[in-house]
Amino acid sequence: MTTRTMQFRIYRYDPDKDDKPYLQDISVEVDATDRKLLDAMVKLKAKDDTIAFRRSCREGVCGSDALNINGRNGLACLTDLKDLPEPVVLRPLPGLPIIRDLIVDMTQFFKQYHSIKPYLINNDPPPETERLQTPEEREELNGVYECILCACCSTACPSFWWNPDKYVGPAGLLQAYRFIADTRDQATSERLDNLEDPYRLFRCHSIMNCVDACPKGLNPMRAIGKIKDAMVRRAV
Amino acid sequence: MKITKRTFDAVIVGAGGAGLRAALQLSESGLKTAVLTKVFPTRSHTVAAQGGVAASLGNSEEDHWHWHMYDTVKGSDWLGDQDAIEFMCRKANEVVIELEHYGMPFDRTDAGKIYQRPFGGHMSNFGEKPVRRSCAAADRTGHAMLHALYQRNVRANTQFFVEWMALDLIRDAEGEVLGVTALEMETGEIVAFQSKATIFATGGAGRIYHSSTNAFINTGDGLGMAARAGIPLEDMEFWQFHPTGVAGAGVLITEGVRGEGGILRNSSGERFMERYAPNAKDLASRDVVSRAMVTEINEGRGCGPNKDFVLLDITHLDPKVIMQRLPGIREISIQFAGTDPIKEPIPVVPTCHYQMGGIPTNYSGQVVAPRGSSMSVAVPGFYAAGECACASVHGANRLGTNSLLDLLVFGKSAGETAVEDVKKSTKAHKDLPQEAIERTLERINRLDTQRDGAGVHESRLAMQRTMQNHCGVFRFADKLKEGVSKILDVQKDVQRTVIKDKSKVFNTARIEALELENLIEVAVATMISAEARKESRGAHVRDDAPDTAERPNGRDDQNWLKHTLWFKEGNRLDYKSVKLTPLTVPTIELKKRAY
Repeated sequence: MTTRTMQFRIYRYDPDKDDKPYLQDISVEVDATDRKLLDAMVKLKAKDDTIAFRRSCREGVCGSDALNINGRNGLACLTDLKDLPEPVVLRPLPGLPIIRDLIVDMTQFFKQYHSIKPYLINNDPPPETERLQTPEEREELNGVYECILCACCSTACPSFWWNPDKYVGPAGLLQAYRFIADTRDQATSERLDNLEDPYRLFRCHSIMNCVDACPKGLNPMRAIGKIKDAMVRRAV
Repeated sequence: MKITKRTFDAVIVGAGGAGLRAALQLSESGLKTAVLTKVFPTRSHTVAAQGGVAASLGNSEEDHWHWHMYDTVKGSDWLGDQDAIEFMCRKANEVVIELEHYGMPFDRTDAGKIYQRPFGGHMSNFGEKPVRRSCAAADRTGHAMLHALYQRNVRANTQFFVEWMALDLIRDAEGEVLGVTALEMETGEIVAFQSKATIFATGGAGRIYHSSTNAFINTGDGLGMAARAGIPLEDMEFWQFHPTGVAGAGVLITEGVRGEGGILRNSSGERFMERYAPNAKDLASRDVVSRAMVTEINEGRGCGPNKDFVLLDITHLDPKVIMQRLPGIREISIQFAGTDPIKEPIPVVPTCHYQMGGIPTNYSGQVVAPRGSSMSVAVPGFYAAGECACASVHGANRLGTNSLLDLLVFGKSAGETAVEDVKKSTKAHKDLPQEAIERTLERINRLDTQRDGAGVHESRLAMQRTMQNHCGVFRFADKLKEGVSKILDVQKDVQRTVIKDKSKVFNTARIEALELENLIEVAVATMISAEARKESRGAHVRDDAPDTAERPNGRDDQNWLKHTLWFKEGNRLDYKSVKLTPLTVPTIELKKRAY
């Protein structure tokens, strides 16, 4: 099988032994069966087992292997190797504290996700059967429920970089809309109250990096717009 | 050495579907509960399930739990325990409706009810014709389910220990389970978790094979821990090869594709399943379809330059149906096969997918093991659910959509049983035996100090290739025998793996080495159990047990209608009988399995 050598430049930092971060130049042989960046990274790890990164499903549904790849956020398992200019520069997602190498501390990201009460609120006694929803009502959730919480969007957002503690960020807001849009949820007004604040929602300045970064093709900005619409509607 | 100890009423290991469902029972009951998970909960492999969860809701046509039960027993090739199967099929509607109430975004029928699609082996009226039983959220049912369960746990304030890997089961001299030792990945610290109830929901170990639909994290950690603590593993020879993994990549393409009308074709474009399963055709049970595909390829009717795959064709479907019901499949196909299924068929091959065997349990979720003259005595303090457990509802072959059902039903029942047991117990936590903790520290210490030895990557590859070549879709007596000695050789290497990374902080090399120690237990159990079972049944088909008039499909009920139990100590095998008596209905009598 024909192989080729690919050059990588990887952000390295192990607080256990390094005083400061550095970029490691390393190459690896890839063949035709290595379609995705993650395939090459697994081979890199076989060569140097100290390179640390997260990965799991390798098919773009678990959201573990989000990285900054040649300056753009994306999932290693969905990034085609053949399109990547070399050296391929791999860095951790921007704006979050770094634990080690390509592994970031996502505490703040999940804190914002949890802050929007990401669960269905319906205080009626549950019926014997399912709560009914028309196919059209259910369709409102398409493009929203598919979020994999990889954080590519929020960590591409300058507003989130500046105020990760106060601005919910595109991922959290997309999920806030997921519950506002769900006809089974009864807490729309409470959810809007929770976002009506100079920071939580309104730090979105429509920069659109989130839309560009989402590896699942979702559109957090559209959801943010819909939340703003709902606020305007209830104000008038 | 002394290590930090943390004390809880209950500890759950794993936060996939089964772990999260069990966690809800415990959190909502007010017990002090810890959920340990190697990955953030929504990254667990339940997220990758696609086609649906079985329940005889009858939203689109008449259905009945008893028909579902019949299909499951038949699908299991009569190796499933009929009490557990009745329990699961009867509970299906309840747990699916609960999930809907939690917020699961199921697709809907025009009447606003949960959308249901046909799936392999699910039939109406005791095997007559395919029925719509699979409750689906497009082709992302697992994702929708896992997120809904996680979200419900956020509401219930469940306490998660994220990126903690459990290392060993703590058991005392009387055999009682008292908790686990675990590694905090971020700091490298080892902590003992003391608990009155320990629930394993650690998922499968599909990574023992080279070509697998499973995630990297599916390393059989619960099975390795149980085996090292003297608990046997049940029916490990039975592995499901899913008919439609993307050729080369191994990524799953749901059976729901065939449920929506997809057809398998060979190199001449023939719909070959008509020859193998005249009634159910492409919707026959998974073992049947996988064998048919391998037979087509072996007989020269495969596709592509090397004639090594077949085609899954949906080009005749309305693109609107594909976009609405199978959007994830289209995405996967474009990403990993380089084809748009609206225009071209998808190249597929049977790929290791699911472990039917596991830690033996009863239908209440208690782990059971031989004691004295009885083969199934509950191990005090120990529970298991989901793919890591063997209840046994899947027997020799699982039906599609029964795995998501399994983890809901048994996650819940294991949780309920644990709550009951903890609440009625009046005694304090027992002291933790130092030996159990030492065992963990020795494993860690070995990896820290080992200076030369075998590579983790190389040993894992040797294991995966051995399993793939010696214990695949079709099995051969001589290959299995050779496989046993090869896998025992690999096991020796695994005991002397060396890692370069000695850091305390998020040491993924160490985690992979520890995972390999679990995988190898599963691989050895599988090969030894498979070599010993001298019949063909469900997913286990041998060349020396062919289809004859006396033994249809090569099944030998006289000698082999029994569960295998493998013990790590001495690689000993034992057997226990199959429970043929259901809870309330008559036994589903043995007969030849045909679709």
